[in-house]
Amino acid sequence: MERKGVTMGKHLSNFTKEVKKNKALFIMAAPAVLLVLVFAYLPMSGLIVAFKNYRYDLGVFGSDWNGLANFAYLFQSGTGWLITKNTILYNLLNLVTSQLLAVLIAIFITEMNSKIFKKVSQSIIFLPYFISWVIVGVFVYNIFNYETGILNNLLASAGVDPVNVYSMPGVWPWIICVFNSWKWCGYNSVIYIAAITGVDSQIYEAASIDGANIFKRIRYITIPSIKPTVVTMLLLQVGRILRGDFEMFYQIVGNNGQLFDATDVIDTYVFRSLLQNSNIGMTAAASFYQSVLCFVIIMVVNTVIKHIDEEYALF
Amino acid sequence: MATAKAKPMKIKNSTSTTVFYIICYVLIGLITLACLLPFIMLVSGSFTSEHAIRFGGYSLLPREFTTEAYQLIFKTPMAVIKAYGVSIFITVAGTAAGLILTTMTAYVISRKDFKYRNALSFFFYFTTLFNGGMVCTYIFYIQYLHLKDSYWALILPAMFNVFYLLIMRTFVSSIPMALIESAKIDGAGEFRTFFSIVLPLLKSGMATIGLFLALGYWNDWYNAMLYINSEDKYPLQYMLYSLLQKTQAMAAIASQANVQLTDIPTNSLKLAMAVVATGPIILVYPFVQKYFVKGVTIGSVKG
Repeated sequence: MERKGVTMGKHLSNFTKEVKKNKALFIMAAPAVLLVLVFAYLPMSGLIVAFKNYRYDLGVFGSDWNGLANFAYLFQSGTGWLITKNTILYNLLNLVTSQLLAVLIAIFITEMNSKIFKKVSQSIIFLPYFISWVIVGVFVYNIFNYETGILNNLLASAGVDPVNVYSMPGVWPWIICVFNSWKWCGYNSVIYIAAITGVDSQIYEAASIDGANIFKRIRYITIPSIKPTVVTMLLLQVGRILRGDFEMFYQIVGNNGQLFDATDVIDTYVFRSLLQNSNIGMTAAASFYQSVLCFVIIMVVNTVIKHIDEEYALF
Repeated sequence: MATAKAKPMKIKNSTSTTVFYIICYVLIGLITLACLLPFIMLVSGSFTSEHAIRFGGYSLLPREFTTEAYQLIFKTPMAVIKAYGVSIFITVAGTAAGLILTTMTAYVISRKDFKYRNALSFFFYFTTLFNGGMVCTYIFYIQYLHLKDSYWALILPAMFNVFYLLIMRTFVSSIPMALIESAKIDGAGEFRTFFSIVLPLLKSGMATIGLFLALGYWNDWYNAMLYINSEDKYPLQYMLYSLLQKTQAMAAIASQANVQLTDIPTNSLKLAMAVVATGPIILVYPFVQKYFVKGVTIGSVKG
C-alpha cells in the first residue's frame, strides 16, 4: 500500500513538474482534449444502455438494469443476424471492387503519356469525392425512378418495357457497389498514384533498357511498389468491416421498406429505430455489439499482422 | 499531380503494347465520362422544362430550355439565402476553430521535449479504434449536452478529427526543432514562438486541413438530420434533402390520386436546388484540388 502511495506521489510530482515546465503546451492542447473528452469519451458511458430497460424520463443512469435481455431480443428476432450479415457482405464487396478499381486507375493513369489527358481525367475522377451523398442520392433517383428515370428512357427507346428497380431488392447490392466505387475510386487512386510515382524513375528506365516490356514493368516494379499501400488500405477497411457507411446507404436506399431485407446494415437499422423511438434498449444493444466487436477485430487483426510482418502493423 | 514517370523509350512498340495503351486510354476515358456525366445531366436537367422531363425523361442537353426552376427558387429567395447563411456560418466558424485546435494540438504532440506527447497521441488515436456508436452519442448529446436544435450540434462534433491531426503532425514535423529552440533562446515565449515562427511555416498544411474541414462542414446533412428541428436552422445540404423528400412524397400522392402536377416543376426544381447547393464546390474545385491531393497522400502514409 505504502509503496503504491509513494509511486503515485512520484507520478504526481513528475506531472506537476512537467506542467510547470511546459505550461503553455498544456494550455495549447487543452481545448482539443476537452472537446474529445466531452464529445467522444463521455458518450461512451451511454454504452450501458445496452444492458438497461431505457426510459427517457429516467435517463441513462436512472433506468433499470435488464441484463442481456436486449441482446437476446435482438438476435432472437433475427434482425441481429440479418444486419450483421448485410454489413459484412456489403463491406467485403465494396472493399474488393473499390480498391481493385482504384489500383487499376492508378496504374493506367501513371502509364499514360499524354500529360493533358492524365491531368484532366484524374481531376474528373476525383470530383465525386467532393459532393455530398445527398447529391449522389439525386443521381440515383434520376437514373432509376420509374416514371422519368434515365434507365427507363433508354429501355423505352430500345423498345423494352420499363422496369421498377425500386421493387427489385436483388440488384441493389450491385447498385450500391457501383456508386461506392464511383465516389471513392478517385480518392483511393490518388493514394496509389502517389505510391507509384514515389518509385525511382531510373528503375523503370533500367528495366526498359534491359528489354522489359510494359507488362513486365507493371508486374515486377509497379505492383510490388504499391503492395504495402494496398495491404494498409485493406487492413484499415477490415477494421471497419462492421461499420456500414450510413450516409451512403441512407441516401441511396432511403426509407424504402421493400429494400430493407437486402440493404439494411447495422447503422441504418440503428438510426431508424432511434428516430422511431422503438425499443432503444435493443437498438443500443446493436450499437454496443458493433462497437465492441469492431474494437476486438481491429486489435486481433493488428496483433496477427504484427506477428507476420511488423512493417504492416497499423499501430 | 502525378509527374510523368519514365519517358517512353524510343523503341518500336510491339502490338501487345499498343493494345495495352488502347485499353488504357479507352478505360480511363470511360471512367472519366462516368464521373462527369451525372453532373452534366444534373445541370442540363435543371434547365429543362418540367413538361420535357415528364414526357421525355432526362437527357444530356436540355431539350426545352427554360430557367423556370431557378426563377421559382429565387422568387422566394429567403429560404435559400437562409440555408446558405447557415452553411456559410457553420463552415467558417467550424473551420476556423477546428484549424486552430488541430494546429496547436499537432504542434504539442510533435514537441519532443513534451513528456506526455505519446500518452496524448494515444488519447486521441483511441477514439478511432473505439467509440460509443450512434445511440450513445445521440442520447448523450441530447439529454446531457442539450444540443437539440442548436447550431453547436452542427459545429462541435465535426471540429476535431484525428485523421487531420495526423496529417498536420506530418506538416509540423518538417519544421526543424532548432528553429523553435533558437526562438526560445532569443527570449520568445511559447505562444509567441508558435504564432510568429511555427504558424507562418504551416501555411500549406493549414490550407490542406482547412479545406478538408470546410468540405466536411459544407457537405454535412447528417448532424442536421439528427439534431436540428427548426427549418430556419437547416444548412443547405439538409434543406435540399428535405426538399427532395417533400417533392417525392407529393409526386407519390399525386400519382395515386391521378392528378397532374405540371404546374409545379418538381423535377427540375430538385435539380436546380442540387446545382445551387453544389455550385460553390465545383467552382473552387480546380483551385483547391492540389491541396486535397496532398492531404490524401500524406494521410495514407501511416503515422
